[in-house]
Amino acid sequence: MNNFNHYYDSEEIRRVVSVIVLNEDNVLSRIVGLFSARGYNIDSLTVAPIPQSEYSRITIVTNGDRRIIDQIVKQLNKLIPVLKVNEHQNMIEKDTVLIKFPIDQDISNIDVIARAYHGSIQNVTEDAIFVSATDSPSRVANFITVMQKFQPLEIVRSGVVAMER
Amino acid sequence: MKMTGAKIVIESLHKEGTEVVFGYPGGAIMNVYDEIYKQNHFQHILTRHEQAAIHAADGYARATGKVGVAIVTSGPGFTNAVTGLATAYMDSIPMVVISGQVPTQIIGTDGFQEIDAVGISRPCTKHNYLVKDVKDLPRVFKEAFHIASTGRPGPVHIDIPKDATINEADFVYPKEVYLPTYKPTTKGNKKQLKKALDALKKSKKPLIYIGGGAVLSNCAHEIRELAKRCNIPAVETLMARGVMGHDNPLLFGMLGMHGEYAANMAAYETDLLISLGARFDDRVTGRLDEFAKGAQVIHIDIDPASIDKLVKPDFPIVGDLKNVLESMLEALKEIELIDYTSWVKELTEYQQKEPLRYNESEDGAIKPQWVIEEVGHILGNRAVVSTDVGQHQMWAAQFYPFSYPRQFITSGGLGTMGFGLPAAMGVARGMKDKVSVNFTGDGSILMNIQELLTCTEYELPVINIVLNNNYLGMVRQWQTLFYENRLSETDLSIQPDFTKLVEAFGGRGYKVHTKEDFKIALKDAVESKKVCMIEVIVDRLENVLPMVPNGHALNEMTLLGDE
Ligand SMILES: Cc1ncc(C[n+]2csc(CCOP(=O)(O)OP(=O)(O)O)c2C)c(N)n1
Repeated sequence: MNNFNHYYDSEEIRRVVSVIVLNEDNVLSRIVGLFSARGYNIDSLTVAPIPQSEYSRITIVTNGDRRIIDQIVKQLNKLIPVLKVNEHQNMIEKDTVLIKFPIDQDISNIDVIARAYHGSIQNVTEDAIFVSATDSPSRVANFITVMQKFQPLEIVRSGVVAMER
Repeated sequence: MKMTGAKIVIESLHKEGTEVVFGYPGGAIMNVYDEIYKQNHFQHILTRHEQAAIHAADGYARATGKVGVAIVTSGPGFTNAVTGLATAYMDSIPMVVISGQVPTQIIGTDGFQEIDAVGISRPCTKHNYLVKDVKDLPRVFKEAFHIASTGRPGPVHIDIPKDATINEADFVYPKEVYLPTYKPTTKGNKKQLKKALDALKKSKKPLIYIGGGAVLSNCAHEIRELAKRCNIPAVETLMARGVMGHDNPLLFGMLGMHGEYAANMAAYETDLLISLGARFDDRVTGRLDEFAKGAQVIHIDIDPASIDKLVKPDFPIVGDLKNVLESMLEALKEIELIDYTSWVKELTEYQQKEPLRYNESEDGAIKPQWVIEEVGHILGNRAVVSTDVGQHQMWAAQFYPFSYPRQFITSGGLGTMGFGLPAAMGVARGMKDKVSVNFTGDGSILMNIQELLTCTEYELPVINIVLNNNYLGMVRQWQTLFYENRLSETDLSIQPDFTKLVEAFGGRGYKVHTKEDFKIALKDAVESKKVCMIEVIVDRLENVLPMVPNGHALNEMTLLGDE
């Protein structure tokens, strides 16, 4: 019956939250400011306008216990330019990574592995090879680990986008 | 009709029915001030500090229930206003604050008196705007007043670059707001309400827990009705003083850190907590895992984010309190409830065993609690009481006989010293048929003392009662109780001559050492119709009791005599 006790120490969960916001000045800083002011975490964040509308979609990957996730959703909903907040349960998630390797690395091996992660070589210059892959965030993380042995020069991740199934 | 942005600001305020604006001019806002000079729709009150302008608008809003309005300039004018915004935000006070900004072309260049005002105000406002295009001004004003006063109210900030006050646009004030993303829920969910009432049917010890939301939602009548009809006892938070009325037999006082014994015991023993517009602040709950430990919780609040923030209620109901209570009272007509007489009796016994009280001092020094009680005797319902922050604030909350909501004006959420005098000024302006009394401390009063002059200029007869204990009393109390009496930087033995100070600002001053002198001074102050300061020399070492030490449960109170 005690409402006040068990509530704090429930387990940490990872959540993908998408926020539909009006495209207006300052809107991104409102969202980010809310997270920092209340001590919530942002693991990744992506933003882009929703085609043919006055709205943008912000996809945020965050973590916290149940209480924190509930508060994140409610506090976001409270912001005036926020139309809708969706805490995804059953979704397709995609993350993209771009990796640059020195030209003297083994291109054919890199290419084979990249293809296993829905990726491919995108570009080759005089001194570098560029690979990209788009996959679920955990597979992208895996891909990055595997690619370490080819001495990558630079790794850039896009952050997660998600869509409800 | 084409108008300059500055004129549009004036016309928009006029359309919103604004009758008074508090403010302070400067470079970036001068065009608006020039239009203020030319108009006669509303009064402008020149405070002597921007923080005070915001608190005055805030006090005006708290007392009248209308939206308070303040205007400041860019840069330092705006940064001075921030404490006022934060104060109003924490207590959900409807306000619109307008600031000037450097011209659009200069924004971002570290121009003279430039500051990222919307960046600073974001975390301490309900919403804010930077209006770069004069065409947006009427819509923004319409939205700002709507957002400030609906849903969970709060301050809204409008930052206007100087060029937007010069440029012209057609003035058509919108009739309606179009805000597809902002739709506060006002009607409570019927099914949920029914479940809550089922729980009430089974409860043996229900308790109404009233918070500041009850004041904002203007539903004191419905709450009193609920308590009376069902014979359910009630407790109030600091922000809800006056909702039940002090002489209501079902009110068991304020709960929390300095709450009454009976109120805290009620919260400890209840089996069904009916939370009405309260937000489970840590100053109220004490140790959260012990708060209302055996109780189911009905939580009614307009703000969905308040629900589940600290406490997981069994019956959450999102909606405007007044609406929900109306439906509840309607539904209650068909419900048979248990007779709670024995529960009420139990609480009455707690109250008799341990009433709010204080001991007379041995050396005849005036007790601060006596002063509050005495003002209550003499002015009662005639006064609207503001306070600063500290011991005097808690004593006012404990000992003043509040009879109606909006009679007690205090900074609860932020606890802002310096709030009292300017807020009382706003009260004096808004409630001309009442006496505006400000209980303050010798520390707090100095934080916005310059406002005595504003009171003189605009004939705002605020009566400041300084409970002078020569200490930052509340901090001194903690040092005494929890820091082995190491009084680090709380001794205020060096003091100004308060009487001369208020006289220098054109008001009346009184220094009193005896009860008799106090009575005479208060009578004279009320009759003078001038801004006054009554400095009362009180018992220096008096503590606010009862007290629930930080991190303790509400039933672990230090009572008078236990120190
Ligand atoms: C702006 C601000 N600074 C500091 C504090 C911390 N504080 C809370 S109560 C208090 C002492 C207030 O002293 P005084 O106004 O003399 O009132 P008393 O407690 O003696 O009644 C202080 C310093 C505060 N609440 N606000």
